[in-house]
Amino acid sequence: MIEANSLSGPLDPAPEAGWVDAPPRLGFFTDTSVCIGCKACEVACKEWNGVPDSGFDLLGMSYDNTGALTANSWRHVAFVEQPRPAGHRTAPFAGNPTGEAVSPASAAVAAGTAADTGTTPGMPAGQPAAAARMAGGPEFLGMPGAQPPGRGTGPESRTDFRWLMMSDVCKHCTHAACLDVCPTGSLFRTEFGTVVVQEDICNGCGYCISACPYGVIDQRKGDGRAWKCTLCYDRLGAGQTPACAQACPTESIQFGPVDELRERAAQRVAALHERGVPEARLYGHDPTDGVGGDGAFFLLLDEPEVYGLPPDPVVTTRDLPKMWKRAGLAALAMAAAAVAAFVGGSS
Amino acid sequence: MGVKTFIQGWPVYRQLTGTDPLGRGAAAQSARSAALTARTETADHMARSVCPYCAVGCGQRVFVKDGQVTQIEGDPDSPISRGRLCPKGSASKNLVTSPLRQTTVRYRRPYATEWEDLDLDTALDMIADRVIAAREATWEDADEDGRPLNRTLGIASLGGATLDNEENYLIKKLFTALGALQIENQARI
Amino acid sequence: MAEAHPVGFQWVMEAKLRGAKVFHVDPRFTRTSALADTYLPIRAGTDIALLGGIVHYILDNQLDFREYVLAYTNAATIVSEEFADTEDLDGFFSGYDPGTEAYNQRSWQYAGQEDTTGYRAAHEERDVAAGLRHESHGIPVGGQVQRDETLQHPRCVYQLLRRHFARYTPEMVERTCGIPREKFLELARAWTENSGRERTGVLIYSVGWTQHSVGVQYIRTGAIIQLLLGNMGRPGGGVLALRGHASIQGSTDIPTLFNLLPGYLPMPHCTHHTTFTDWVDAIRHPGQKGFWSGARAFGASLLKAYWGDAATPENDFCYGYLPRMTGDHGTYQTVLNMIDGKVKGYFLLGQNPAVGSAHGKAQRLGMANLDWLVVRDLFMIESATFWQNSPEVETGEIVPEECRTEVFFIPAASHVEKEGTFTQTQRLLQWREKALDPPADARSELWFFFHLGRIIREKLAASDRHRDRPVLDLAWDYPTHGEHAEPSAEAVLKEINGYEVATGRPLSAFTEAKDDGSTVVGCWIYTGVYADGVNQAARRKSRHDQDWVAAEWGWAWPANRRILYNRASADPDGRPWSERKKYVWWDADRAEWTGYDVPDFEKTKPPTYRPPEGASGVQGLAGDDAFIMQGDGKGWLYVPSGLQDGPMPTHYEPAESPIRNPLYGQQANPTRKVYGHPVNSVNPSPPQSHTDVFPYVFTVSRLTEHHTAGGMSRMVSRLAELQPEMFVEVSPELAGELGLDHLGWAHLISGRAAIEARVLVTDRLTPLRLDGRVVHQVWLPYHFGREGIVTGDSVNDLFGITLDPNVLIQESKVGTCDIRPGRRPTGAALLALVDDYRRRAGLTGGRPPIVTTDAPEREG
Repeated sequence: MIEANSLSGPLDPAPEAGWVDAPPRLGFFTDTSVCIGCKACEVACKEWNGVPDSGFDLLGMSYDNTGALTANSWRHVAFVEQPRPAGHRTAPFAGNPTGEAVSPASAAVAAGTAADTGTTPGMPAGQPAAAARMAGGPEFLGMPGAQPPGRGTGPESRTDFRWLMMSDVCKHCTHAACLDVCPTGSLFRTEFGTVVVQEDICNGCGYCISACPYGVIDQRKGDGRAWKCTLCYDRLGAGQTPACAQACPTESIQFGPVDELRERAAQRVAALHERGVPEARLYGHDPTDGVGGDGAFFLLLDEPEVYGLPPDPVVTTRDLPKMWKRAGLAALAMAAAAVAAFVGGSS
Repeated sequence: MGVKTFIQGWPVYRQLTGTDPLGRGAAAQSARSAALTARTETADHMARSVCPYCAVGCGQRVFVKDGQVTQIEGDPDSPISRGRLCPKGSASKNLVTSPLRQTTVRYRRPYATEWEDLDLDTALDMIADRVIAAREATWEDADEDGRPLNRTLGIASLGGATLDNEENYLIKKLFTALGALQIENQARI
Repeated sequence: MAEAHPVGFQWVMEAKLRGAKVFHVDPRFTRTSALADTYLPIRAGTDIALLGGIVHYILDNQLDFREYVLAYTNAATIVSEEFADTEDLDGFFSGYDPGTEAYNQRSWQYAGQEDTTGYRAAHEERDVAAGLRHESHGIPVGGQVQRDETLQHPRCVYQLLRRHFARYTPEMVERTCGIPREKFLELARAWTENSGRERTGVLIYSVGWTQHSVGVQYIRTGAIIQLLLGNMGRPGGGVLALRGHASIQGSTDIPTLFNLLPGYLPMPHCTHHTTFTDWVDAIRHPGQKGFWSGARAFGASLLKAYWGDAATPENDFCYGYLPRMTGDHGTYQTVLNMIDGKVKGYFLLGQNPAVGSAHGKAQRLGMANLDWLVVRDLFMIESATFWQNSPEVETGEIVPEECRTEVFFIPAASHVEKEGTFTQTQRLLQWREKALDPPADARSELWFFFHLGRIIREKLAASDRHRDRPVLDLAWDYPTHGEHAEPSAEAVLKEINGYEVATGRPLSAFTEAKDDGSTVVGCWIYTGVYADGVNQAARRKSRHDQDWVAAEWGWAWPANRRILYNRASADPDGRPWSERKKYVWWDADRAEWTGYDVPDFEKTKPPTYRPPEGASGVQGLAGDDAFIMQGDGKGWLYVPSGLQDGPMPTHYEPAESPIRNPLYGQQANPTRKVYGHPVNSVNPSPPQSHTDVFPYVFTVSRLTEHHTAGGMSRMVSRLAELQPEMFVEVSPELAGELGLDHLGWAHLISGRAAIEARVLVTDRLTPLRLDGRVVHQVWLPYHFGREGIVTGDSVNDLFGITLDPNVLIQESKVGTCDIRPGRRPTGAALLALVDDYRRRAGLTGGRPPIVTTDAPEREG
């Protein structure tokens, strides 16, 4: 039996975790090309799940004042301002007397902003250079200059612009490292193939935090326990849609059987390519990726790093059988903290 | 709970004897998790409502349990909103259950530096007296040419765009009968 | 739209999926722009120049939908030979009287009607915002007009329009709006391509459009385009107003507005509406076409609803009880009167003018000079705490110990704690079921006003004075229920709908209203909402169980019609313009109008019907007069009567502008409403001097995460955390010029106030080039104030008070200011800063009286 459980490669996770007659795996497909950044998902999630406030700080990361996925924010809408073309759209500022773009510089300033989200590691200050790269897009060359924002004397160059928005969430990995390292059995695989922290069991050891390749899991201060998206496990049991997906005005967050969502996602990418949006690509949909594919995957309009997502996430426990020892975990914790910082400065 | 039930409920027992030998799924599910259900399923009743923020008019379902609002979410039947809500609509439960809501009458005397409490019935009576007095003091029967005016410009009101039609109807009816003309709302702003 | 009406925006996204092209015009790049195909940055306050450019493009290239235009609009109608255009008079139409700053509209009339229609004393109509009456129906004009079906007559509307907009070229659009020519042409091409039998285009605006000194004419320009392109009364067409409050449409239909009674009946004017018949005739305008001819029945039935048994045909249904207007009794005039100590008491009902109205200081000083103030709200808002926590308390302009205003805060019931109807932005009434009782002392407005009225009536019961008869005769006997004696909202709805007095039978249609006292109708346009004794607004048939029009969800006025003037969705012969755009059509076999919606036309009047000579009212409408509430049955490209500022929209600069009007010698709307009160001021604009003191344009609007003046969002932690601070968005170029840093502070100064905000330097803002000159504009949200979980300065404090002349709505979407880095000073230094700017700008007049502890009694 033990051999039947794998830690990498494609599989259907619920039967693998001992669920007999499991329903189809359920998940999210988040299509960022139709996201309007309204944050209904953040609010609907908090209202349904009773998630506490995550701080009242102006972060300056465009319209993102949430900052990161934390124990107190299970959906996080990232906003990325970029002086880049968006698909086939007409350049927004063509013909206006504009100078040099400020997006990378503003993002770099905002990345230096730390905020107390009431959680740990929460949202530490990010890396200005990484933030600037995100805002500049792949063509961005190096750090913003020594000049403060807007004081450059460059040519009239800022004609193109796009505003990317993306509602991030726990990926509900096929191979979920958080679950694998959980010593108490608090994190478990549900019959729907999702990954849930059981609040009545979690003892706050924090191993899961360092294990997550996406920097999603986080501990609530004062409580000590780890909290994250449950894909509304209670609603799923009642045959309902998760709160975020139900609220989403533009169907950017789609919920359903993962197989169906993958089909729908493939069609959507094809349609966008046909309509002159070559930058559309999927992220987390591939069952052969480092985490066996995500239960919550995305359609992005830029490189994953731009949204604060690791380009090639690898289940941190793939080699777990070999490295089950304290030292290894410590190393992982450091790696994950770096990822978290990266996310924190993402937008 | 019998000993057998107790032991069968023990995760390690389930792990060793069940289909989940690594204890990551079925065997790890806690009793609480197994018993979880959506609180909308166990509500005492549900009211079909409309979002109070902008004028799109999104349908809301308001769930109540033990005299408390436990959830407000979009009404999937609505042809306007199809079950969706924006962040404000999604925060409606927070709006109506907010601890910052002022639920008792507060009264500030002239020249006072602090609020004080006041009984609702007393407040209503005091306001009625003040309306009558203001009307008395500022009543205009007719203009200088003797044309009827039937009015007071000593009382004004602002608001109504967040209120119900039935409420606005009574407000306008009462104020008109009192001769109060300066009745306005957000539609002027 | 994505920003302020996200759930409505889902339908734009649906349209996009089906291939629609989305253009977004806004001074700042918003969440809507992010999803649009083309974004056009525009200088705030120049929309008529842009839209006028589209009109010019349509007419210059003959791209109008000619068959529609000829049949359904007044394009062919001949206008008086006395008319002179702004092209002739450098920005004025004929008839301007500098003394009253208003027009005699005789020369604007249709030929042959010069002596019968149009405002004569337009300044008086301006004071009572007469334009608002026409929300439900057209403006008086004679039904019989002279037409030239070839559209060649030099004084036909079509030719007048051509001439009027001849200089609104792409180059002029660029010079005025800062929209590059290519961008403009992209919009013009797309709009005109989506016109004709097979295609439509829709214009959507948010009601910031109304907050301009030319706000009504903005919407008029949009309407002209949509009529020229045949986009009115058709599916996928229209001019859609996105209103911003849950029942702001309802509060206009059943108005808490000084100049209206329910159903857009005017509040009587002292001199113009002396008798019941004067009043009725002023509404129905004998001789005009259309459904407004039933005004006598609507008026009588309303008065019968108000005064019940006391209202009889013999006493003109107590018409004499109604209060009379003598001028401007609007909210801004009232606030100025408050400062002058003329107003004793003020009710605020879910409204927060200390933050939400223009010129916050005037609002707060007004409140500080009342005898008493009643605030009904869910939260302790700024308008309740002005005496304790306001900018004026900080500067010493309001001293709590010297402020006499007695304040009652009475907690309100929330939307789930009472039942009743909201009317949303497409005229749809939706009934809300009550979920639970309100907490503690919180009560509905229905409860508060019913019982306030009951107590006042009890206190006045012994009076035999004339003035108290209207109160004592009032029909005020609504059934109540429950522990708190809550009045029945359904009983009120039934009265609004109307019923037969003798039998109590609810009316099914406003055509059943009688002028003999046998019917009660609280709001005639809502008749039908309680047809058959059924609360039609409570209908909740799932969208899955009905067609896309969803006629069985709620109830829309009038007559449950979802698209107004839908007769125009068929061609003049009554056939659908195309299969694709089929909506309402004439079924020749059954000899009736039919379709997906309730036809907006007499059901059995054939398309071929022509009225007999001299017919008026409904009988006067021809079978192709699709605009049945208009006096001539036509959609109006040209408005002979009913508008203050001209029969055709004209670009005027905002009251505060950094540039000279590129089109006319006349700088700003010559008929705008201006108040000379010492608290008010207008920053100088060209050709005045000192315009360099306030060189920047600022504009304000909403964020998705907040709501209006913040009373329902800053107090709600889920929303407050999403946008926790007041900020100002500036372009990189302006940030460079002023030395502003991202996340640093800036303060903005106008002639009224100085406020501070955190700075967001963003590529979403752009400078504009106008005639070789660069103009910078900044954007701020108007949600912030001193109370709540998150706080900040209120941007509405920066505005002065200048109003649109048609509806008396203030210009609070554009103003001028100066911007400086860093935080603003506080206390006396803050006043000194503003005073210094006022001095340098040549704004004379001292500051207004601060707090009148002993205001003189008003003479009764």
